[in-house]
Amino acid sequence: MTSIADEHQTDSVLAARADARAQAARTADYMPYRPASTSPVVPDGVDRDSLVWAETVAPGGYTHRVIARGTRLRLDDPTGSACAHVILYNALETNERLNVADTIKIPWQAYLGTGHPLLSGDGRALATITADTSGRHDTFCGTSTDESATAKYGSAAPEGPSPSGRSRFLLAAAKHGLTGRDLPPSVSFFQGVHVEADGGLTFTGSAGEGTHVELVAELPLLVLIVNVPHPLDPADDYLVGPLRVHAWPGDPTLVGNPQFTATPEVNRAYLNSIDYAEARGL
Amino acid sequence: MTTTLTTAHTVGDRVIETTVPVGAHYSEDTILDPNGPLASNADADADSIVLDETVAPLAPWSARLLAGQTLTIVDVGGNQSADFLVYNAHDTLERYSTPDTLAWQQNAYLREESILRSNLGRPLMTVTGNEIDRQDTIGGACSKESNTLRYGFHTEHQHGCRENFLSEAARHGLGARDLVSNINWFMNVPVEADGTLGIVDGMSAPGKRVALRAEMDVLVIVSNCPQMNNPCNDFNCTPLRMIVTSPALTTKENHA
Repeated sequence: MTSIADEHQTDSVLAARADARAQAARTADYMPYRPASTSPVVPDGVDRDSLVWAETVAPGGYTHRVIARGTRLRLDDPTGSACAHVILYNALETNERLNVADTIKIPWQAYLGTGHPLLSGDGRALATITADTSGRHDTFCGTSTDESATAKYGSAAPEGPSPSGRSRFLLAAAKHGLTGRDLPPSVSFFQGVHVEADGGLTFTGSAGEGTHVELVAELPLLVLIVNVPHPLDPADDYLVGPLRVHAWPGDPTLVGNPQFTATPEVNRAYLNSIDYAEARGL
Repeated sequence: MTTTLTTAHTVGDRVIETTVPVGAHYSEDTILDPNGPLASNADADADSIVLDETVAPLAPWSARLLAGQTLTIVDVGGNQSADFLVYNAHDTLERYSTPDTLAWQQNAYLREESILRSNLGRPLMTVTGNEIDRQDTIGGACSKESNTLRYGFHTEHQHGCRENFLSEAARHGLGARDLVSNINWFMNVPVEADGTLGIVDGMSAPGKRVALRAEMDVLVIVSNCPQMNNPCNDFNCTPLRMIVTSPALTTKENHA
């Protein structure tokens, strides 16, 4: 019987080196595209040469990046089954991070959509949603844990078929020197939850294939993104689709942009972010 | 639009369908030899087994050993790299150090009687038994990020030892800053005369073992290496058996 080892000649260092180098031209369904301009799935209307981050995140996978103030970050759900769990940090001071309670309380709105700010606990806008063709998002349920994933799928092993969202956030955070205490509640995109009159949380799921969400970074951000099933996903199996990520440079929300004064609360959030950024010399 | 590939996996008493690109396990015709504890002294038959666990292919593992206990690692399927970290259990700032270990013994490979030394130069564990010619501690651990350098960007989503180390380390309050030089039991990394170095076909076989005696209370973290792009696992990821034994107390003097 032939084995995979039979396909490789690795019995000397130079043979092993040649064998390794021969693999470089391969591609995968889930991979980063570097340089980002080589992305095979550039979103419509985006200049390929302006891209600074392009990647397809695997089901059960994660990604993370520090992005500059003003960066546009677009998430695409090509199959209608992705679920992008997101935590944002001020990249300059990571103790400033996404605060989900403020993110729904300050704008007087529980459901994320275009124009909704993602707020830190320090009264500043970390990001703003600038486009949304899904409308199915969640600010209540956070992500899965090893405890919940094991109860639902039988395993949360990091190498296995059903890793938890928190375990993936831990890996992403570790690569920026952060640990479990640095993981606040996350928001999730592409799989919705509705709050019923009695408080019941109803999973409304996906808006279908081919939707996207776009954010603009109001400060330099550390972005952690995890692609795992929503905690309320009713499927017994672990069926999350791939997630595409693209980013390119742009401007934060400034004076003159209608969004800047969309509401009195968000206006003050932008003023706080700008105040912070200008004092930092950004 | 493409359909997302799904695969089926048995987890406990159920089968789960998943879209996660899970790494491959060993082929069905693989010879597996779980063997048993590697005798470290004449009274080994009287040693008591305090822990006996199988680490699944691709998975992380950890355990605490008391000073004097011995860990036998069995290469059940042969040429399966056991990526290995060890810390002082009571002060994890003291941890395994490749340079201290190598400089002290003046040799680049680990063998029987090698002392695994900490960053403070102190003995953490001693290799009390070893059934392959030489063991590696210069090759480091694979990561999804470094895989992209060696094999291409298409490998970045693949599970790696650094993911296992970080996952298991987090269970003990440790993080990225605690991942330092490691040992790769059963992996073969020769350094040739001109300095050429790399991972080549292993020298181990099913059932081969290494035995490590704890010289202080230690925390051991292991990644059963998931790498499928080089021969460190013979392109066939197999289980590891981890057996911890306590020495028998045979004479009254031992209790004194």
